Amino acid sequence: MNPKPYSNTKATLAIAKASFRSILRSPSAVVFTLAFPLIFIIVFANIGGGGVTVDVGVAKTCDTISPVYQALKNVKVVHLVKDQSTEEMNMNLSKGSIDAIINIQKNNTRPPFTVNVEYTKASAEKGNILRSVLSNIYYNINNNAQINTPPVAEIRETTIQGREYKYIDFILPGQLGFSLLSSGVFGTAFVFLSLRLTLVIKRFFATPVKRYSIVLGEALARMTFSLLGSLFIILVGHYMFGFTLVHGITTVLNMLVLSAIGLIIFMGFGFTISGIAKNESTVPPLSNIITLPQFLLSGTFFSVSAFPKWLQGISNALPLTHLNNAMRKVAFEGAGLGDVTHQLFILLIWFVIIYAVAVKTFKWE
Amino acid sequence: MTKQPIITVNDLVKNYGDFAAVKGISFEVYEGEIFGLLGPNGAGKTTTLEIIETLRQKTSGHITVDGFDIETDTDSIKKRIGVQLQAAGYYPNLNLSELITLFSGLYGIDKSPMEMLEKVALTDKAKAKYKDLSGGQKQRFSIATTLINNPRIIFLDEPTTGLDPQARRNLWDLIREIRDQGTTVVITTHYMDEAEVLCDRVAFVDGGYIIGIDTPDHFIDQLVASGFERKKQVKLANLEDVFINLTGKEWREG
Repeated sequence: MNPKPYSNTKATLAIAKASFRSILRSPSAVVFTLAFPLIFIIVFANIGGGGVTVDVGVAKTCDTISPVYQALKNVKVVHLVKDQSTEEMNMNLSKGSIDAIINIQKNNTRPPFTVNVEYTKASAEKGNILRSVLSNIYYNINNNAQINTPPVAEIRETTIQGREYKYIDFILPGQLGFSLLSSGVFGTAFVFLSLRLTLVIKRFFATPVKRYSIVLGEALARMTFSLLGSLFIILVGHYMFGFTLVHGITTVLNMLVLSAIGLIIFMGFGFTISGIAKNESTVPPLSNIITLPQFLLSGTFFSVSAFPKWLQGISNALPLTHLNNAMRKVAFEGAGLGDVTHQLFILLIWFVIIYAVAVKTFKWE
Repeated sequence: MTKQPIITVNDLVKNYGDFAAVKGISFEVYEGEIFGLLGPNGAGKTTTLEIIETLRQKTSGHITVDGFDIETDTDSIKKRIGVQLQAAGYYPNLNLSELITLFSGLYGIDKSPMEMLEKVALTDKAKAKYKDLSGGQKQRFSIATTLINNPRIIFLDEPTTGLDPQARRNLWDLIREIRDQGTTVVITTHYMDEAEVLCDRVAFVDGGYIIGIDTPDHFIDQLVASGFERKKQVKLANLEDVFINLTGKEWREG
């Protein structure tokens, strides 16, 4: 009846096109893949970007023209608070929302200035930073005043030229991984479960379409959507937050290849969940079991090296950890895909495991 | 006119574990007719249809569809039939026009969505989502998807269940039109008035067996000849005629 032979490619592409349209119109896909990662990036880029600041209350009686005060004003880390009353300042000091109160007195005898600093146990660490900032200032000032005395020791400081490792360089690859994880797991699980429950797949089977066309078409659509999402996140990170791309476009392409590999593995979890889940309300808890531990333990927000040893063991077993590590190496250290073979090998093991499980659990009807 | 069988079912059996849903049924569907499978819920109608549609495996028996064996020529059969499933949904978030494009791709042919929607009078809903259609519109759209591949046979599983009288009659007209263009129609229904006016032949299925197969006229004549009489004298019109007369025959949307 049809002169042309049946084309499986055409059927696959028809499904991919339909699925892609459907994903674009599904609010949850857009929110999880783009909005959440971008919000996290914006929030953490702004928290982490400024580094540490020490809030120092300036007492009302403080001599603000003294050289110590002038020097303190020029120290970036120190934020001088002057708009609080003495009571407020004391209260805030005890709560630790300001880290110290400083009161510089001019003396008519030698030494000409006395620096009174009140620290708080509520913020001991930042107090220590201030302590070392102040001792540095004393050293310089006292040194200048005693030009004739030969110094006992001398400090020579040099800073080598290096790439500045910004927090965005840490947080962005993690968010990219999170975006791929949630899209791969939640998206795939929901789509296949709902296509099965609403008999869409059954209706497909009444046409000459092959099973692999359905899976491939869906995977193709999700891949396209997620890679466009990844590209968008990388570009926003690069142009708005100075995310480091060592080799420019090559680095971007390498990151996209890694994204694709990650997504394929995460989709395996999605296929498995769609097979296990009885109805749509069991998808979120099952998906969370997969995504939450990886979200927290895979170095998405904080480096795995900050964890205790036993926890690092768990972290290092998770696929997202290795995807994140590979991403960071590629983006910041300029590594090629050949330099992250260790990570790729572990991802390959995960691929084999999860697809072995998915093939066993996946249900068509 | 010699009637040419387009579907032959021979001694079809389907067991689900210990439960026998279909216990050896045989029938033929002739080319160009509207054939009705009638019977109570759980009689095995849907199971029988789904086996003929290649969606379910039979336990035993022999079936040919348009000359092709159901066991060996699944793909050839799928290309020649159109299937409307009971309570099937459609791909989420797509409008009707996009759904037709999707199905064209699945059948591997190029059909303009508008051409298909025109056949079922839904061109004004081309940009609407399936879930936003009325019951009658949903059924008409389902029928449009069965026609995309110019099938020789279409299968409709309870297409009029839940529709109002206008929508039901509208769908009958559509189904007759399809038959008149040469497509064989196999339909299941719970409404005997519908089978009586719509079907050329009907088969009664009960408990996994076919208990009778003939034209509706013949069945009725036989029953009357056996001395059966309705308790209440039949009037020249019934309540549905009153309903249609009062509310108008034209199709209502919504």
